[in-house]
Amino acid sequence: MRQIPLLEFSLWSVAELTHYLRDLFDSDETLQDLWVHGEISNLARPSSGHLYFTLKDNISALKCVMWRNSVARLQFIPQEGQAVEAHGSISIYEAGGQYQLYSDKIRPAGEGALYQEFILLKTRLEAEGLFDPSRKRPVPRFPRLIGIVTSPTGAALRDILNTLRRRYPAAKAILAPSPVQGEQAPIGLIAAIQDLNLLVQPDVILLARGGGSIEDLWVFNDQQLAYAIAASQAPIISGIGHETDFTIADFVSDLRAPTPTAAAELATPDRLDLKKDLEDIVVRLNRSLQAATSAKYWQIERLQNRLVQRSPMAFVHSSRQRIDDLTSQIDRSMEHLNKIRSAGLTGAQQHLWSLNPLSIMKRGYAVVTRLDGTLVYSISQVKSGNSLDVRLQDGKFPVTVQNGATIEESIGKKNEGF
Amino acid sequence: MKVSEDQTETPIESLSYEEALNQLEAIIDTLELGEQTLEQSLTLFERGQTLAHRCSFLLDQAELKVKMLSGNDLVDFEPEN
Repeated sequence: MRQIPLLEFSLWSVAELTHYLRDLFDSDETLQDLWVHGEISNLARPSSGHLYFTLKDNISALKCVMWRNSVARLQFIPQEGQAVEAHGSISIYEAGGQYQLYSDKIRPAGEGALYQEFILLKTRLEAEGLFDPSRKRPVPRFPRLIGIVTSPTGAALRDILNTLRRRYPAAKAILAPSPVQGEQAPIGLIAAIQDLNLLVQPDVILLARGGGSIEDLWVFNDQQLAYAIAASQAPIISGIGHETDFTIADFVSDLRAPTPTAAAELATPDRLDLKKDLEDIVVRLNRSLQAATSAKYWQIERLQNRLVQRSPMAFVHSSRQRIDDLTSQIDRSMEHLNKIRSAGLTGAQQHLWSLNPLSIMKRGYAVVTRLDGTLVYSISQVKSGNSLDVRLQDGKFPVTVQNGATIEESIGKKNEGF
Repeated sequence: MKVSEDQTETPIESLSYEEALNQLEAIIDTLELGEQTLEQSLTLFERGQTLAHRCSFLLDQAELKVKMLSGNDLVDFEPEN
């Protein structure tokens, strides 16, 4: 900022002064965000795309400029002489020494007031519970009768019918025609909704209108229409204006779509999706038959197995097997018995053999006899001087007990022996 | 959902898409249980095929029927084009 010089009078350059004024404007908060109303004149739109115009009333004029990107967002085309409300900030175009309104939004005059009215009504109806999510009814998945409340001549109807044809021609569409703007519109719309409910009982109603200004769409903010929508037996899908347009009717409806086309889409399934689902269902149908019949096959097999087990042949087979088993058991037993027997004979034989005197004599024992052959088995039969015979396994020889020999008695039991 | 008696009595040509689809699903559920006799299963299966054809026909229909409410009557709607 240019400093005030110490001299009595100040000498500014145009640039300095202009810049000073600009700073003044730019630092004033009130001038940064305001709405101005007036009449458009000297409207110009050069090739740059920017919009230049003057807002005037019967006393003053205000130069305005709107840059190209804001112009692109305009929802209406400003006309020479049109009463409008412009929003923006005041600053100075330094090169021209001109203060201007740099505008980012324009609306037709009166819309500000309309908007206030809209907010008031919306708040009141919301407090009455008209917009409650719990009030909203579900839209049926496969509607048979689709009611349409709209103008018979507008683009909205054409778009809706095209969408229905594309997605779900199995449905029937019933048009209840009504004006969609102007004074008669609210009455017409209410009657259309009531007639559909009374005479047709559709599965769903589409309430639709193409794009327009706030004033054009104003009919859908009508309070009586809001009550009629709430009272409808059929659920209502609203498709009014464009994406960014919201009316009271949108808030009361059971479902809100951004456009008439979108409303028709929300009301219907897409038959391409349904066809795919149907293919899957047919596969399941075939499989379920297979499941049912294979369940039968398993049952039959199980029964067959049980039958085979209980049949006479089965009994014969098992008897045969039993016989085989027993036979081999017998064979084994016989073998065993034979083994025992032959083992038994040999043992007895051996026992007997060991009792044979010859075999005793083979072991070195001698048999002593008198000369007449009688057996000498005790010392009581022997005196010194006796002549005796000693018999061994292979022969005999005479012996004489020595004269004066001592005949000793052995220690141990007398009767020990065989 | 089981197949009920009066469902099987309504002629299939007059069923809506939703009705036909629901009956078809019911038949599949019943078959999957496997408690029917073979003859019953085959009968149900054939009915299922007919229902599927009905659904397919409804989807392939080219003509959207459009009527207009005029007073108390439904009249054919003629678009302005």
